Amino acid sequence: MDLLHDRRIFAVVSICYMCFFGAGEAPYVSSVSVCIATGYGLDDRRVGFRIPMTRYFLKQESQKDKQKPQNKGNEGSIKELRTFKRPKYKSSIEKSQKEIDALVTVVKYKRKAWRGRKYEDDKLAGARVQAPWNRKSKRVPVPEDKLAHHSRGEGLSGDGIKTDFHQKKLKKHEANIEFSIEQAARAEILLPEESGFLLADEGELTTQFTQQQIASSVDITSATKHFDLHLAEFGPYRMNYSRNGRFLLIGGRRGHVAAMDWVTKKLLCEVNVMEAVYDVQWLHVETMFAVAQKQWVYVYDNQGIELHCIKKLNKILHMEFLPYHFLLATASEEGYLSWLDISIGKMVSQFNTRMGRLNLMTLNPYNAVVCLGHSKGIVTMWSPNVKEPLSKMLCHQHPLQSLAIDSQGQYMATAAVDRTLKIWDVRKLEGPLQQYKLHAVASNLAFSQRGLLAIGMGNVVEVYRDCCQRPADRPYLRHRLFKRIGNMQFCPYEDVLGVASDSGFTSLIIPGSGEPNFDALESNPFQSKSQRRESEVKSLLEKIQPEFITLDPTVITDVHIPTLRDKVEAKKKLLFLKPPKIDFQPRNKSGKKKGTVKVAQTKRIVREEQRREFVKTLKDAGIGEITSPQNTESSSVSVKHKPFTALDRFKPKKKKEEG
Amino acid sequence: MKVKVLCRNPDYYLRETKRDIYKVPRNYEPSLHPFEGLREYTRALNAVKLERVFAKPFVGNLDGHQDGVSCFGKHPQRLSLLVSGSYDGEVRLWDLPQQKCVRNFRAHDGFVRGIAFLPDGQQFVTVGDDKTIKMWKTDLPDWGEEEEPTNTYISKSVIMGVSHHQKEPMFATCGELCQVWEEDRNEPIRTFQWGVDSLHDVSFNPIETNLLAACASDRSIILYDTRDIGPIRKVIMTLRSNRLCWNPMEAFIFTCANEDYNLYTFDTRKLKQPLQVHMDHVSAVTAIDYAPTGKEFVSGGYDKSLRIFEHGKSHSRDIYHTKRMQRLTCVLWSMDNKYILCGSDEMNIRMWKARSAEKLGVLRPREKTALNYSEALKRKFGSHPQISRIARHRQVPKHVYHAQKELRTIKLKQKRKEANRRAHSKPGTVPFLSEKKKHIVEEQE
Repeated sequence: MDLLHDRRIFAVVSICYMCFFGAGEAPYVSSVSVCIATGYGLDDRRVGFRIPMTRYFLKQESQKDKQKPQNKGNEGSIKELRTFKRPKYKSSIEKSQKEIDALVTVVKYKRKAWRGRKYEDDKLAGARVQAPWNRKSKRVPVPEDKLAHHSRGEGLSGDGIKTDFHQKKLKKHEANIEFSIEQAARAEILLPEESGFLLADEGELTTQFTQQQIASSVDITSATKHFDLHLAEFGPYRMNYSRNGRFLLIGGRRGHVAAMDWVTKKLLCEVNVMEAVYDVQWLHVETMFAVAQKQWVYVYDNQGIELHCIKKLNKILHMEFLPYHFLLATASEEGYLSWLDISIGKMVSQFNTRMGRLNLMTLNPYNAVVCLGHSKGIVTMWSPNVKEPLSKMLCHQHPLQSLAIDSQGQYMATAAVDRTLKIWDVRKLEGPLQQYKLHAVASNLAFSQRGLLAIGMGNVVEVYRDCCQRPADRPYLRHRLFKRIGNMQFCPYEDVLGVASDSGFTSLIIPGSGEPNFDALESNPFQSKSQRRESEVKSLLEKIQPEFITLDPTVITDVHIPTLRDKVEAKKKLLFLKPPKIDFQPRNKSGKKKGTVKVAQTKRIVREEQRREFVKTLKDAGIGEITSPQNTESSSVSVKHKPFTALDRFKPKKKKEEG
Repeated sequence: MKVKVLCRNPDYYLRETKRDIYKVPRNYEPSLHPFEGLREYTRALNAVKLERVFAKPFVGNLDGHQDGVSCFGKHPQRLSLLVSGSYDGEVRLWDLPQQKCVRNFRAHDGFVRGIAFLPDGQQFVTVGDDKTIKMWKTDLPDWGEEEEPTNTYISKSVIMGVSHHQKEPMFATCGELCQVWEEDRNEPIRTFQWGVDSLHDVSFNPIETNLLAACASDRSIILYDTRDIGPIRKVIMTLRSNRLCWNPMEAFIFTCANEDYNLYTFDTRKLKQPLQVHMDHVSAVTAIDYAPTGKEFVSGGYDKSLRIFEHGKSHSRDIYHTKRMQRLTCVLWSMDNKYILCGSDEMNIRMWKARSAEKLGVLRPREKTALNYSEALKRKFGSHPQISRIARHRQVPKHVYHAQKELRTIKLKQKRKEANRRAHSKPGTVPFLSEKKKHIVEEQE
């Protein structure tokens, strides 16, 4: 099995893979050992792919050349594979194991007579894996890892469903989902661009290459992407790229604000706001941007004309824009967090975090939760719906210095003043996955679309590759600036890192950092004016409501647990419920004898009212688990302490408490 | 050193000329499409709201009858033609696309009770209160010709309804008796009787063509076979059924509109209990017609509103009403599955869209895909409380609203009473009776 660990086979393998996937014809490879090696050579992203390859070649073998002597080691290698497991792709491995088993038995398969509709349906439901006898469509199977990448989670098996009709319906539904996954995975082959790379020769390291060297060895267009803007006068700068990566906004502390199309180097506007500028941020389109100035936040258009002065946003230090929610999230010097809906100009939520000055803020792009870093080494996560942090993570023993979350919302990098850098799993809120000790304090962190991490330390920028899954020993690239770094950001859809510093702006070429293929319906660097207008309208129409900002954004597609039967039963219970008896004697106003009709009536009315109120209180507490008034109190309490989820907006609104 | 930096050739991404369409490269990478579920949910919410915005089902009004409209005739081939009869014995033929009356004549003295087309569509039969059955040509009479029936049959008893056989030259009438006539004979070829004094609706099965069903005033529904001598079976319900309609796709299923505000779908093979009870009307239901797909039907009644039910669902998917529409006497679902017609007491015939939010006219492919997409979204998120609430919401007339409220209270009260009775009596003495069984008295053979 030493062969398996040899990475040099990688090249051979990738060629195999290409023709296998690309040409649509099965390459004939006789040796199993090569096939197995194919999987191992690949980098981590493609780990899951090894089994299907094996399966594919095994299939060839099992059918054609059983008699070949080389294949004696066949079964042994399968066993070896079985023992090898990684937790991440566990399910896919298990699945493919089953398929291998199926294939081994299937060789004996003989076509049987018609067994009715049910059999056909079953066959349809599990139709993703092409059986060798099913040669009607000659589509090449999609590698498992690609399927796993596009997967929307495990489907429903339909075990608990009693009726045949609904079971079939569910199977059909699942088959549809699987089909869509397969189509999405299959469409990857159509992507026109490939990502950039930088490979060092024998005896060289990628770290040693300077920007000048890189720029001189790439084409002219790419070379223009490395440039410096020397702006010494207006002091420490901050920068921001627009969402499609085409436009750049810089703001100097001493009031200089400029917006430009950095690819063509065309200036959109340049103004001096005559006030201190703390942060700049593009809004949903490149015609508007927000600037956090000395006192308030201002919104300018791309001509530099002031559109709004938002006085509710006071002494803002950091701004982040949530493009799908149309929210401008800001953190202020006085500890206030606020979310401003810029489509309707309404303040969605504004409250004091009671965490002091908020000078570290970042956005989790996966769930739109705002993350703040604090001087106690804590990272807190906030949604506009809850005035308490959704989570608090103690990340360091020392004050935090910088904070970044990757584009898939999987990893969080934090750096503290003790020169440590830690990588956390942000979905599970666990970690640290990795822990590094840096040469200097990391004052800035930035993740690229493809997972590269840029670390700004004083006036040095270091870029690391694959530092989240496994420990990285040396930086991928390094660059030294003249002055201290203000902030930095990887340009979306480009191999570029923009760095704003005390002395202006520098654009660095980082090969392999940007996503090579954009989706024009999400963000398009080549957008025309009419396309921009259309997409603006569309995105406004599908604006996500701020109530949906939670730690898990997929809750809305989950199945709501309380079953129908429970609900119906609970309702029935409410209907035939006996309220606790009350001992009630109405006042004898008239002075007549007791036991008159009037008294009885009053009694009845009071009892009825009490019953109604009783039922109502039960209803308010939630129908599910109520049986007695003692229970309701406890249940209502437990409801209160549940974490806020997206589905909570459907609950009946609580009445405002008096006073 | 080997280096490659992302560098896109703008020629691949920009359109060549201004007349070209924009290039839209796609990438289905999940990380480029965040908030998938939430965005889909928002789209579904918008789609369902837009559906309610576009729900304008009223198409037009056919005005011309001098008295209340009593019955419709559905042409088997032509979509644009409608025949209607009224209380004053007048029959009108309408051109539906132009919403105009093309021909009218006085067919009977008193009510026109029923109209039925012959299978070839060249002629139609009308029956009236004057005990006559008349056959008319569909086409206009030639210039100078009189408006005359091609054939007249005189019945000995009162006639309340007529239905034509799907294939053969044979039709059935009902009244005191159920009679089967042949077109070229002046006497009925067959007469059925089952101790009933009057039948008020009769209907031939469109698939199992010899099967005939009639609603009787003794609260029963009777099934006949025209090849047989006597009736086959009948089912007696608690209140009488007003109108009956066969499912055009499933031979053994029919639905009847009942006086007790409900509609009942029966399987002819098992009349002991209906397949489904369709509840939503708040007054007696007097008219029903199936869609040609057999998946939906429309009903109208004394609550001055139309309701559209899906086959197999107990509650309606839509209600149509206008302020001026009075009690409905007849409804018709057009053969292209797109329109609904209703005739009412106040002399008007109204035309509605079958799906209220549907766009009429030709759809462009992009429109079609967008609609399909929003349909799929609505299905996916249909059970979310917000979305289902909006999709379900209908503005109903005040009288319907109050009647619904009243009926709800009545039902609740009955339920509670039954539950109390059950709780306080010996176990087993007060059995649970399903809604389906409640309304059936017995089945007779």
